[in-house]
Amino acid sequence: MAPVTPTRDSGALAEQARKVRIEILKMLTASGSGHTGGSLSSADIVTALYFYKLRHRPLEPDWPGRDRFILSKGHAAPVLYTALALSGYFDTGLLKDLRKIGCPLQGHPSSKLLKGVEVSTGSLGQGLSIANGIALGLRLDNSPARVYCLLGDGETQEGQVWEAAMTAGHYMLDNLCAIVDLNELQIDGKCEDVMKVEPVAGKWRAFNWHVFEIDGHNMSQIIDTLDEAEHIKGKPSVILARTVKGKGVSFFEGKAEYHGVTPTAEELEKALKELSSNGK
Amino acid sequence: MGSREEQSAVNGQQSAQTFAGQAVATRDAYGAALLELGKRNTRVVVLDADLSGSTKTAKFAKAFPDRFFNIGIAEQDMVGTAGGLSLAGKIPFASTFAIFETGRAWEQVRQTVCYSHLNVKLVATHAGITVGEDGASHQALEDIALMRVIPGITVIVPADGYETEQVINAVAETDIPVYVRLGRAKVPAVMPAEYRFRVGKAYTFSLGRDVTIIATGIMVAKALEAQKILAQKGIDAGVINMSTIKPLDTAAVLEAARTSKLIITAEEHSIIGGLGGAVAEVISEQHPLPLRRIGTRDTFGCSGSPDELLKLFGLTADTIVTAATDFFKDRQ
Repeated sequence: MAPVTPTRDSGALAEQARKVRIEILKMLTASGSGHTGGSLSSADIVTALYFYKLRHRPLEPDWPGRDRFILSKGHAAPVLYTALALSGYFDTGLLKDLRKIGCPLQGHPSSKLLKGVEVSTGSLGQGLSIANGIALGLRLDNSPARVYCLLGDGETQEGQVWEAAMTAGHYMLDNLCAIVDLNELQIDGKCEDVMKVEPVAGKWRAFNWHVFEIDGHNMSQIIDTLDEAEHIKGKPSVILARTVKGKGVSFFEGKAEYHGVTPTAEELEKALKELSSNGK
Repeated sequence: MGSREEQSAVNGQQSAQTFAGQAVATRDAYGAALLELGKRNTRVVVLDADLSGSTKTAKFAKAFPDRFFNIGIAEQDMVGTAGGLSLAGKIPFASTFAIFETGRAWEQVRQTVCYSHLNVKLVATHAGITVGEDGASHQALEDIALMRVIPGITVIVPADGYETEQVINAVAETDIPVYVRLGRAKVPAVMPAEYRFRVGKAYTFSLGRDVTIIATGIMVAKALEAQKILAQKGIDAGVINMSTIKPLDTAAVLEAARTSKLIITAEEHSIIGGLGGAVAEVISEQHPLPLRRIGTRDTFGCSGSPDELLKLFGLTADTIVTAATDFFKDRQ
């Protein structure tokens, strides 16, 4: 499959996100193991990054001038793998081997095994610190490259996230953009029932971040905000993206129980029908 | 610029022999070595967690403020940030007290640094019982064990200031994750001026026909002291400085095992999982012989002066001597 050409056309990107969702569902069904809900909720954001915003060279994954993407919510590996494959980092045929012995597509991303993965993640709360370090290093080298870090809302219950938020604010990392996939659900149920983090925006503002609040499924809003974040100077930006867990498949949407459950063959068939009728 | 700096500048990559023969705290040697390294290599960056005065990274911070990042009292974030800096092509040295570097941020070391095999130098000070008066909360007696179990990390415990300086220069030349364990208190100089540190290579002072003491860190000096006392008692003792605990120099251990009737390990650390454990793993599988482990025994430390504590916890030349004499008395 030929790599996708970057575009700023929100309609084309929404169509691309639909393809990403289809690949996610197919790979998860083939694997029989993996995280469905949080991969689907962040599909629009990750699509906007990989097929519009990121300056990257899939055929030259170590290109020093590339923008960096850190998937702090590492369990959403399927959405990252799909974006990488559709961008041309590796053959899409590999997607069906997710989580199988010998496949570089580990259950959670491994940078040692897969080009395009900047750093191994999977233990929640660690990604933003890494993003800070990269941002500091790029700044030392006067690099124009930017760093993007995607977190889950449940993930922000980890204390290290706020340590990192403090550091990024303190060091005024305006080459850093964090995105929180606010789908309001975690394994044990609603985030607000498990451990309430809301109100969120004020917390980031208090640590000297510029805060954007958007609909994480509105493609034109996502790309406009990513553009705007690039012009914020003197502080890091965070995009609080309200999303729906399992977005795109009616019977997965808003259900905590589909956090770590994959579609059955029947569910896949139904889901693909829904996604194909949504598409046009 | 003093003579030490000039010498170093002339020698380039080869560190000047600044601390050969000098009794200094290993943390002081670290601070000096880091400063020199910073002059030679602009890729070197340093992180600390609000202890730069104690860890001695403050010297680097003063000389190179742009390349120093104080992360505040947030060790997990410090280790992660160091990982990010390494991904951006820097050589980060991240320092705090040993107990926080390894305990507080263990999973960050495992997941962020080691699983991705990042070029991060974790250089911890204030290890062991000789932290002294601050007491058990600050006395890392488990850090070697905690680091040793993580795949891919190198664990180094220099014996004196001179070796510390060499270790810092050597690890800066590698692109591996490293844990370097340093102390707070001044330690005697034990390594000869001609000594050259190599990662993974032990230094054998001598092999003993009766016993070889395999020691690390400040216990190397105690082992050399014990060797002299044992000679007076007619026991031929050898001493090995095992400064790299992982990967362990198994050849040096096996050579000692073949030469001696007894091995004694000595470390300022719990006997569980540290040097004693590492040596036990090798000899029990490859060349079984009697082993005595000197170290703390499944216990927390307590407040006191460093010397009092070393005595209280049996981390002395006398304890090593007793372990050897008891063994040979039993056999006579």
